[in-house]
Amino acid sequence: MGTSAIIFYTIAAIMIVFSLLAVTARKILRAAVYLLFALGGTAAIYFMMNYFFLAAVQLIVYAGGIVVLIIFSILLTSHIEEKMQKPDTWKIILTSILGFGGTALCLFVITNHLFVAHPATGAEATMATIGEKLLGYGEGGYVLPFEVISILLLAAMIGAIVVAKRNKPKGNG
Amino acid sequence: MVEQVPLNHALIVTTLMFFIGVYGFLTRKNLITMLISVEIMLNAVNLNFVFFDNYLFPGKLEGHFFSLFIIAIAAAEAAVAIAIFINLYRNIRSIDVEQVDKMKY
Repeated sequence: MGTSAIIFYTIAAIMIVFSLLAVTARKILRAAVYLLFALGGTAAIYFMMNYFFLAAVQLIVYAGGIVVLIIFSILLTSHIEEKMQKPDTWKIILTSILGFGGTALCLFVITNHLFVAHPATGAEATMATIGEKLLGYGEGGYVLPFEVISILLLAAMIGAIVVAKRNKPKGNG
Repeated sequence: MVEQVPLNHALIVTTLMFFIGVYGFLTRKNLITMLISVEIMLNAVNLNFVFFDNYLFPGKLEGHFFSLFIIAIAAAEAAVAIAIFINLYRNIRSIDVEQVDKMKY
C-alpha cells in the first residue's frame, strides 16, 4: 500500500466520521464545525487529484463562505448552549432502514461493476486550461452555463436581500 | 492516487457520505441542521463527479466543471435558504420544521 493510498483512506475515514457527527450532534454549533471538517477533507482529496483550482474553490466557497454563513445564522436564531432533543426512535429506525437499504443497493451495483481506469492518468487542470474551457464556445466550452450561473448568483443575491429585509412596522406610516 | 486506490473504494466513500446526508435530512427537525445535511449530500455528489472525471476520462475536465457549477449553485442556495430562515425566525420565533407550516398561507 503506497503513501497516497494511506493518505486517501485516512482522509476518507475522517470525512465519514465527521459527516456522521455533523448529522447526529446534539449541539447545533458543533454540527456546523463538524461539517467544516468534512468539507476540508473533500478539499484535501481534490488536492490529491491535482485539481488545485477546484480545491481552492472548495475551501473558499464552502469552508470560507457557506460554513461562516451557517454559523452566523445559528448565532442569530438559536441558543448555542441548548441541546436539541433526540429524534423519535421510530423515526431513527425507519430512516436507518432507508439509509442502509440505499447504501446496500448502491454498494451492490458499485462492487459488481468493473471500472477500467483510463491509462493516461495524472491529468492536471492548469489555470490556463480552466480559463479557456470556462469561456470557450466551441466543443468542450462552458460559456453558456458560466453566464447562466452569473445571472443565477445575481438573482440569488437580490432575492436574499429582499427576503431577509425587515418589513416596515405596521401603522407607522 | 489513481494507481493506488481503485475507483470502487472511492465510490464507496461517496455513497456512505451521501446516505449519511439523507439520514440527517430525514431525522433532523431544525432547518439549519437540515441545510447542513443537504450540503453533505451535495458534497458527496461533487466528489463523485470528480472521481469519475479523474479515473475514467482524464484530461477532459467535464466532472471538474460540473463540480465547479454545483459549488456555485450550492452557495446561491445556501444564501437564499438562510435569508428565509432569518425572516422566518423574525416572524414566528422558531426555525423548527414542525412549526413552519405558516409559510403555506
